[in-house]
Amino acid sequence: MNSIASVLLQMNGIQKSFPGVLALDQVNFALRPGEIHTLMGENGAGKSTLIKVLTGVYPVDSGEIILHGNRIEPRSPADAQRAGISTVYQEVNLIPSLSVAENIFLGRQPFRKGLLSPFKILDWAAMKSGAEAALLRLDLRLDVTLRLDSHSIAVQQMVAIARALDVSAQVLILDEPTSSLDVDEVKQLFQVMRRLRDQGLGILFVSHFLDQVYEISDRITILRNGKLIGTYKASELPRMELIAKMMGKELADFESAAMAAPRRVTGADLPQAEVERSPKTLLKVQGLGKLGSLAPVHLEMKKGETLGLAGLLGSGRSELARLLFGIDRADEGRIELSGSQQSEGLSLSSPRDAVQAGFALIPEDRKTQGIFPDLSIRENLILAFQAKKGWFKTLDLKAQYALVEHYIKAIGIVAASPEQAIKTLSGGNQQKVILARWLASQPQLLILDEPTRGIDVGAKAEIQKLIVSLCQQGMAVLFISSELEEVVRVSERVVVLKDHRKIGELKGTEISEHAIMNAIASHSDPELAAAGTSATGASGGGGS
Amino acid sequence: MARLPKLQTQFIPILATLATFLLLGLMGSLRYTGFLSPGVFLNLVDDNAFLGIAAIGMTFVILSGGIDLSVGSVIGLTSIVSATLVEKHHVPPGVVIPLVLALGTLLGAGMGALIRFFELAPFLVTLAGMFLARGIALMISLESIQLTNPFYQAVSAFRVPLGGALGLPANGLVFLGVLGFGIYLASYTRFGRNTYALGGSDSSALLMGLPVGRTKIGVYALSGFCSALAGVVYTFYTSSGNASAAGGLELDAIAAVVIGGTLLSGGSGYILGTWLGVLILGMIQTAISFENTLSSWWTKIIIGGLLFAFIVIQRSVIRPSSKTA
Repeated sequence: MNSIASVLLQMNGIQKSFPGVLALDQVNFALRPGEIHTLMGENGAGKSTLIKVLTGVYPVDSGEIILHGNRIEPRSPADAQRAGISTVYQEVNLIPSLSVAENIFLGRQPFRKGLLSPFKILDWAAMKSGAEAALLRLDLRLDVTLRLDSHSIAVQQMVAIARALDVSAQVLILDEPTSSLDVDEVKQLFQVMRRLRDQGLGILFVSHFLDQVYEISDRITILRNGKLIGTYKASELPRMELIAKMMGKELADFESAAMAAPRRVTGADLPQAEVERSPKTLLKVQGLGKLGSLAPVHLEMKKGETLGLAGLLGSGRSELARLLFGIDRADEGRIELSGSQQSEGLSLSSPRDAVQAGFALIPEDRKTQGIFPDLSIRENLILAFQAKKGWFKTLDLKAQYALVEHYIKAIGIVAASPEQAIKTLSGGNQQKVILARWLASQPQLLILDEPTRGIDVGAKAEIQKLIVSLCQQGMAVLFISSELEEVVRVSERVVVLKDHRKIGELKGTEISEHAIMNAIASHSDPELAAAGTSATGASGGGGS
Repeated sequence: MARLPKLQTQFIPILATLATFLLLGLMGSLRYTGFLSPGVFLNLVDDNAFLGIAAIGMTFVILSGGIDLSVGSVIGLTSIVSATLVEKHHVPPGVVIPLVLALGTLLGAGMGALIRFFELAPFLVTLAGMFLARGIALMISLESIQLTNPFYQAVSAFRVPLGGALGLPANGLVFLGVLGFGIYLASYTRFGRNTYALGGSDSSALLMGLPVGRTKIGVYALSGFCSALAGVVYTFYTSSGNASAAGGLELDAIAAVVIGGTLLSGGSGYILGTWLGVLILGMIQTAISFENTLSSWWTKIIIGGLLFAFIVIQRSVIRPSSKTA
């Protein structure tokens, strides 16, 4: 039995404040060798700060970090790495333009030995074989001379882990490593994590995905508002209790609230008859497709309907959204919008046309495609509205403030002032501002691509609720999410995609996580599977 | 089989450079007799030595994701300081040359330090450096100063005999030496690899624990050293010091680097490519001079056209990797 005596890393009374915020308040944390320990908490709970303190990005105000019985004070990530603490981040922090081998050895490359030369010369052959050996520790065989960016994100992450381990890590921190991986890739990563745990490594894991947390964790530590709530054995902490602790609610309150929450628009809020009485078709998509991106898809959307798009990462969900919004130009097919009497259908050749037609898209990658980080909430919010109105028709500041105030209230954006730079908001609040931006342009069709990725449980629920209420106002919503549970809860109909084509449609009571997974699992087309792009490439890379 | 196309994408720019080089040589030799003779080639290396040396320093800066606009001015400053010290103050060349090389290196390191510690844009810092160096040079002397010191005369006349009447001039020798050292630095030292990493992603480089700051300063110091060395070579080449020498040469150097297949965004490219780029620019010039009737401004027009073509090629190389599922 591993008692308290065998503690690998101990953090005692960690205190860290930023101007105006106490980010960590007397937090204790202990990591044992050979365990996977998950850090959980809502956005702003202090997870990132704790990790940054541990990896030397921020100095602590007070408290001590003890590794292997020795007190350490890492001053930089490099410092922490030398001490034996390595971190692999959600975004792969390697150099995409260099080879896999070089990425593993950057900064610590071996030199050729036995040369009678005044200059030291890097030993590329040793790097190649060393990199292969390091990857083999993760049971991964790949061509290490290829550029890193020629491999899938999952493989790149493995390379990052291989590098971390090869630097001789005792503590491995995995910060949201699964956010951009598909199901198979997550499995592959978990295999590697278990293997490393069994080798005696201490792994600190951060994830928003509850299923994953329960699948992989030995222990769970919960933070809330910078305070330690507690450390628990994963097997002894029921999910509901975990969520309640993260949100700071009593379990009983939470359960009753969950019961009261509408499960689905059709089920709870709108009488079934009413929906059927007003089947006003908003949008008809006929055979919309693009070579190499999406096989021709037929879709129909009614006013006030939420259509879910389910499928694995890389199944063509985002591609469909991009075609609908005119970012990518379709090779074939057409889009018919009710109201516009164009019999030849709508031609959307740019997002600008799509905005004019009353479409709105909230893209997958909030940071790079959604926000203008240095602009204020107000400026971010009025952008789409202004674009629709025309750039030269100015909107006076008073009207802008009125608009912004309205949405801040209506969808509950938590901010000090409308003039606050959007980058200072939490992920959930940023997403709400983007949502408000498009709502201000009063779209008929709202396309949401992974609107809840990387935001905390509470904000997630609020955004889901918001979607439901938008539909009640007659807006049609196309909802894309990797989290099946969320798709099931929000959608009235679900279109299932696989390998870049539509493979099925579920509606009403047919919709369940099980039914969707069943559809994906049972539909197999060998010809397509062979031609599959990213997903098959990644799993092939690891399985060989 | 599947890995072949991937390998090729990263080599497309350098292959395009090589193809351009060979094509130009072929076209030239078909049109003009003696275009590809060893004599013309040696002249090419000699005539473009100072541009080439500066361009190799510039390659490191561009690989690191930066830019150095001070190159031409540093050449002017070096040449006028050398000439003044040697001719007016009778300081021996053996002291003057190390001194001006140190001066250029220091200036480069200073700009690098500003870029690093104050997180300033390289474009602006080196623009300031450009004005500063040129201003100081012109303060020292508006007139060009003839170098009559026997050492400079001897170096100008020196040839490495290559058989027959052929010989490699000292400037060409320095150029080839810098080329060899540049290749060694870029591909076989940690400093060189860190430079590539910095240009690939400086935030990642920092998180990987690489010495980002030191590398950044080092890259600009190296470029300053190369510029000063180019200035020294310039004094050998013209046997004079001139404060307004090499005006706008930094732009030719950037053109050579880009035509040599280095991505302007940093992180990818080869020193050898820059060498080819410099020779391509030189060959265009030679071809125009062979064609007696054409105005020499045609050189600029052709370089402009080539640059456009290479930027388009770079774009096509960057695109596939930025595509996401």
